[in-house]
Amino acid sequence: MANNYIFNNTPGWKQYLYSIASIILVSGACYVFSDLMGYRVAGFILLFTVSLLAITFDILPVIVSAALSAFTWNFFFIPPRFTIHINTSEDTIMLVMYFIIVMINGVLTYKIRQVEKISRIREERANSVKLYNTILNSLSHELNTPIAAIIAAADNLQSNANINNVTKLQLVSEISKASLRLQQQVENLLNISRLESGHIKPKYDWCDIVELIYEVVQRVEENNQGRKVRISIHDDFPLCSVDKGILDQVIYNLLNNAAIHTPFNSRIDISATCYGGLLQILIEDTGNGFMDVNVRDVFHKFSRRNEQAVSGSGLGLSIVKGFTEALGGTVELKKKTGITTFIITLNVKTNALKFIEG
Amino acid sequence: MSKAEILIIDDEPQIRRLLEITLESDGYISRSAVSAKEGLIMASNHPPELILLDIGLPDENGHSVLQKLRQWYTNPVIILSVIKNEEDIIRALDNGANDYLSKPFRTGELLARIRSALRGAIPDDEPVLTFEHLQIDLGARTVRKNGTAVKLTSTEYNLLTLLVKNEGKVLTHQYLLRAIWGPGYINQSQYLRVFIAQIRKKIEEDPNRPEYLLTESGVGYRFMSKS
Repeated sequence: MANNYIFNNTPGWKQYLYSIASIILVSGACYVFSDLMGYRVAGFILLFTVSLLAITFDILPVIVSAALSAFTWNFFFIPPRFTIHINTSEDTIMLVMYFIIVMINGVLTYKIRQVEKISRIREERANSVKLYNTILNSLSHELNTPIAAIIAAADNLQSNANINNVTKLQLVSEISKASLRLQQQVENLLNISRLESGHIKPKYDWCDIVELIYEVVQRVEENNQGRKVRISIHDDFPLCSVDKGILDQVIYNLLNNAAIHTPFNSRIDISATCYGGLLQILIEDTGNGFMDVNVRDVFHKFSRRNEQAVSGSGLGLSIVKGFTEALGGTVELKKKTGITTFIITLNVKTNALKFIEG
Repeated sequence: MSKAEILIIDDEPQIRRLLEITLESDGYISRSAVSAKEGLIMASNHPPELILLDIGLPDENGHSVLQKLRQWYTNPVIILSVIKNEEDIIRALDNGANDYLSKPFRTGELLARIRSALRGAIPDDEPVLTFEHLQIDLGARTVRKNGTAVKLTSTEYNLLTLLVKNEGKVLTHQYLLRAIWGPGYINQSQYLRVFIAQIRKKIEEDPNRPEYLLTESGVGYRFMSKS
């Protein structure tokens, strides 16, 4: 919407300059052809020019160009030319009408734009209220669910004297699972606020990507009840200069997402390649996910596949995007016939020195 | 085995209580201090075998408490903190902390760290060290995995034994680079990555899932044995 008015943000003095310049240019052109078209057509062309200016510029430059165009029309075109004197009363009326029309035109266009601007602001406000409500709903759901689980399990353990050991272990494992979920949510919130505040400055150091991937996979497997992730990565991988902590969060979020949102029997794969300073990490699952959404929307904050989704605050993927961009890279989502693939691409310095004697 | 006494310095009552339960059910004697001031007094009146120190104390920063303690206290100190920041960890280790755990942590992890901190540095007069399937003969400078000799270069051997002698303790990148390669190499972290990967290939059952040479992301490495 805002892009309709290309010069909307042009500073004031430039608007005057452009207005005056265009009136002079158009008048000049009309002057050259004035013998062919006569002074009335020139008037219409000037009127048209001012109307165009009214669409893009503020009210004051438009009024100035209106006055200027009325003056040049009178001085250079209406006979007798090169005087401000007008011979016929017909021409006088025309000049007065010209001036009035050009003003009405300018002011009306300006008013319409003002109204539009106000309704745009209202719409933005309504959207931000909607976003705020989504955030609140999603957060209170994400934080309260595990808290509720912990309280319920603890209450049971406390008040039920005659629960058997199996049930006791189940309750304890529920507390443990819920706490892990809370921990992940808090981690995500902290990451989002780090991203929002723009305080992320990558610290580059040599990183063994193979080691990093195995570490993250182990954590994902532990936190998701033994869900398996297949790793295909060549052992002879160069050291890459990246911020290990940030890349760790990116990979963890993608794998954890896949583990939470796909059926237990579906496959999760991670692979990585590094050629010519281009590091690519592919995370693929056969969980039939993201089928009903626009690929571009999934990285937006608080975008969730549907309200009944298993869990997830909708923060994970926007963290992935933010962090990958903080490393100067890109993340893409590709989906085809039940397979979802996230591709992280980073330009990295590499160090092929893999074996040192001594 | 005599019961080791552990001093907890933490201002959060819930964490204190849970730590007490955890420690006592594992056979330790625990005492608690709620502030830096109280902690320092309790430590000097009756020095414990180990101190669990929280960084975020109300009356004084844990880092400065650690510095004060280290002027005379030589037993292990393990830092507990909600801050999971690499600089903070390195600072604590440089100030003489034996270990650093960020909250929330798993109880099993805490107990393992306490055990290895209490075990302390391995005395120099012990010539042969055995960890499950790994055997290191410090006198003959040889390493055996499942009984077969492992061929290590001298740098690999020095790096491995430095970590082994400090079993359970995190050694920072800078410390390792300085100790093995010299002060001019403290920014050459790629050497460390390469050598650790090489040693893992030789001594670990699965080099990609190391059990002995563990990475502390952004901080350093530690040698851990299960026994």
